[in-house]
Amino acid sequence: MTTTEVLKEVVIRFAGDSGDGMQLTGNQFTNTSALMGNDLGTFPDFPAEIRAPQGTLAGVSGFQLHFGSVEIFTPGDICDVLVSMNAAALKVNLRHLKKGGTIIVNTDGFDAKNLKLAQIPENQNPLEDGSLSDFRLYKINVTKITRECLADSGLSTRDIDRSKNMFVLGFLYWMYNRPMENTIDYIQKKFSSKDKALADANIKALKSGWNYGETTETFTTRYEVHAANIEPGIYRNIMGNEATAIGLITAAKKAGLRLFLGSYPITPASDILHELSKHKNFDVITYQAEDEIAAICSAIGASFAGNLGVTTSSGPGVALKSEAIGLGVMLEIPLVICNVQRGGPSTGLPTKTEQADLLQAVYGRNGECPVAVIAANSPSDCFSTVIEACRISIEHMTPVMFLSDGYIANGAEPWKFPSSSKIPDIKVKFTTEKNKDDKFLPYLRDEKLSRPWTIPGTPGLEHRIGGLEKQHETGNVNYEPENHEFMVKLRQEKIDRIADYVPLQKIESGKEKGKLLVLGWGSTYGTIKTAVKELINDGIEVSHAHIRYLNPFPKNLGEILYNFEKVLIPEINNGQLIKIIRDKFLVPAKGFNKIQGLPFTVTEMKEKIMVEIGK
Amino acid sequence: MEIAQPILRKPMATNGTPAIYPNGSTNGSGYTSKDFTSDQDVRWCPGCGDYSILKQVQTIMPEIGIKKENIVFVAGIGCSSRFPYYMDCYGVHGIHGRATAIASGIKATRPELSVWVVTGDGDGLSIGGNHTIHLLRRNLDINVLLFNNEIYGLTKGQYSPTSPVGKIAKSTPYGSVDHPFNPIALALGAEGTFVARSLDRDPKHLKEILKRAHQHKGTSFTEIYQNCNIFNDGAFFTYTEKESKPEEALFVEQGKPLVFGKNQSKGIKLDGFKPTIVDLTNGANSVNDLWVHDEHDTVKANILARFFDDPQLEGHLPRPFGIFYSYNRKCYEDSLMEQITSIKSQKGEGDLDKLIAGKQTWEIK
Repeated sequence: MTTTEVLKEVVIRFAGDSGDGMQLTGNQFTNTSALMGNDLGTFPDFPAEIRAPQGTLAGVSGFQLHFGSVEIFTPGDICDVLVSMNAAALKVNLRHLKKGGTIIVNTDGFDAKNLKLAQIPENQNPLEDGSLSDFRLYKINVTKITRECLADSGLSTRDIDRSKNMFVLGFLYWMYNRPMENTIDYIQKKFSSKDKALADANIKALKSGWNYGETTETFTTRYEVHAANIEPGIYRNIMGNEATAIGLITAAKKAGLRLFLGSYPITPASDILHELSKHKNFDVITYQAEDEIAAICSAIGASFAGNLGVTTSSGPGVALKSEAIGLGVMLEIPLVICNVQRGGPSTGLPTKTEQADLLQAVYGRNGECPVAVIAANSPSDCFSTVIEACRISIEHMTPVMFLSDGYIANGAEPWKFPSSSKIPDIKVKFTTEKNKDDKFLPYLRDEKLSRPWTIPGTPGLEHRIGGLEKQHETGNVNYEPENHEFMVKLRQEKIDRIADYVPLQKIESGKEKGKLLVLGWGSTYGTIKTAVKELINDGIEVSHAHIRYLNPFPKNLGEILYNFEKVLIPEINNGQLIKIIRDKFLVPAKGFNKIQGLPFTVTEMKEKIMVEIGK
Repeated sequence: MEIAQPILRKPMATNGTPAIYPNGSTNGSGYTSKDFTSDQDVRWCPGCGDYSILKQVQTIMPEIGIKKENIVFVAGIGCSSRFPYYMDCYGVHGIHGRATAIASGIKATRPELSVWVVTGDGDGLSIGGNHTIHLLRRNLDINVLLFNNEIYGLTKGQYSPTSPVGKIAKSTPYGSVDHPFNPIALALGAEGTFVARSLDRDPKHLKEILKRAHQHKGTSFTEIYQNCNIFNDGAFFTYTEKESKPEEALFVEQGKPLVFGKNQSKGIKLDGFKPTIVDLTNGANSVNDLWVHDEHDTVKANILARFFDDPQLEGHLPRPFGIFYSYNRKCYEDSLMEQITSIKSQKGEGDLDKLIAGKQTWEIK
């Protein structure tokens, strides 16, 4: 007899070999949960190698899903359920499972060969030796059952084995009372008619997973997670990189410009290039350049010619682009540089997340070379933040650095997306007339201190621009000492003045004044938000502010900081925002840093806040 | 997007009458070379070969008949890269080695513009070598003028990737041990569709090659031997001065036999794939036996590119000038625009709301 238990939120981690299809399984469970009205957050955990040897620790691929009937802001700290397709997956992921949590294993992935590949000492098997006694362990011969169920499918053993993830998914659907229709529909669409046998096999495996739960008496409890009480409206699921890509297209359309992306593939930013390359019917040009430098230089050329020039990369690529960003600063043309940050330095941790490129973004160029810097705080927030980056870039004629990171780039969440009509236009004005008496001055300034955008093809306004120091207004090459100092200060003032055109800093949670402000930026948003909200609910006095505009800061940021006795700055780096905050506002802010290629957990955030509060 | 449309100019020359060119016809653009002279002072060293190249470029500009608002000169860093400042049209003086990359972004998005890159042996073959070969591969309709002076001038005299082995320069007091590039062979190897060589000291030849480079649809790569009279004076005198030029320089022309020497006394004969010098005065060989230049022949172009011996060597071949190779291959920007048009006709103009909504949505009531 099975009973049904209602849960508010659940975290499931799917783990297996790279070839086991765990990302697909996780995504299917996510989509089905979204359709059921759960709030959710997800995060994939890829190995750095494309196909590390099968069964090894290096080849483990994971996908974590947090879903609930309550508001969800993160993919979850630790999981309630760990699905392990082999011994290596269990070994790598066990530390993500909470005590008393559920383990569902494919016992066929624990034979002598797999145990050896997972570097488990000889004659030991975690499934047999009692080492998992703190957990609820469910053992299923997934490979064997899938092979039996598809024995008469006419498919090769290799193809049959590739359906075993569907068996697991079907079983979990049964366990969490989720309908199979969405996945069945997906499988039917995925395989063409000539691969009907594969589609049928996958569907059969899915259903037999469900039936296995239904008919085997081992499982006495099923779970129910009700729809969340979220704002009514139309939703979709969105990943950060996809949001960045469609945000860029939206910005270009709102500006009436052609979008030109010059990019060179790099993890974890390549998906923006992939996504944009699909949308040529929006007049998008994607130019896969020969290297990072050519990528940004082609975008500079495109911008000079009157397009919205964008380049996308990650830290190592942005390092290569830094001289060209400086050229963008001198040319004073629109240019958006998207940095999807990853663990550094050097090649670092390509598939892991970090926030360690903030100082690079703000300061990392030769000379006095200010650019605007703006950071997204969640997968869906990439959309509006990158539009804002484009707006600033175009309306203020300056390069803008847009920061995202591996965590939000690959993470996903439901998004109540806007209607395009609600997104304001971006003002573009190409100068076509002489601007001072009978002369054209390419570096004449407006109230924003931005210069005219005058593109080739405009008769009578032919002019030359370049990276050498400019004379004020004329833009002619000039080496005079006073002019250089004036121009350096003017370019700085131009960036500082952007603060007059961006919203004031808001307090995200808590009071405007008090003992402790937790000040974050970027992808730590979900974790800080959850931690602070939970503490406020427990009666703790703490506030949270999250900075989107990192250069220049919103005009009231100092005022907010001075209203708190203490400021805590959590960052996934060794302390970068904290340096800028201390420098600009002289407040004794305290850092909270984690540099493991992983996001903060809500638990550690709450603990740190409590220490700072003195409780 | 509103792009300012070019206004058709009436023929105009400084004296108010239409310009008349050597062939007797007006070119229709109404410009003279003065219209392409900017208000900036030219700051190359007196006697620099760059002056001549600038003059020839400014001279052919009226003849190519393109409105100056539709012309863009792009450069990197180096002496030659100051070029855009002196041309009265649109210009970008970029960063070292990247002119070709900047120009690619301009041309890919604005195919109607006439885009020129001015670069040097350091800018285009050393720091920017990668972008040069990739531009040639992609074949955007851009004209690359590579001023080769076999030296780094702006940084005051270090050897360059085209300097000969043994070159004594600031950074090689004991002589360079680097093997130099053969720029023509490099351009052919990168699948360049128009590869030519000319000289600063032969204005007539240079003008003809520049006009042909402009006419070519696709990337044109023109190596121009340019004298740096400060740091490498006379590097190409063998090919430019009247004492040695006839014997050492071979001017190739489409459909014409390969003849050189004082009084046109020598020719090149192709023995299989092996070029040999023959004497046309002793009666053993006539002009009819010679290699006839065909700029569309890729095999011959590659053999010709290997006429790159040290002129001091016994039995060396003369150095060719002219168009080594020209071939029509589809331009990157044309394929790009065709693809966009074709996808638009298949899928229809992009619908922003559909894009934002994605493939799967759900409603929370």
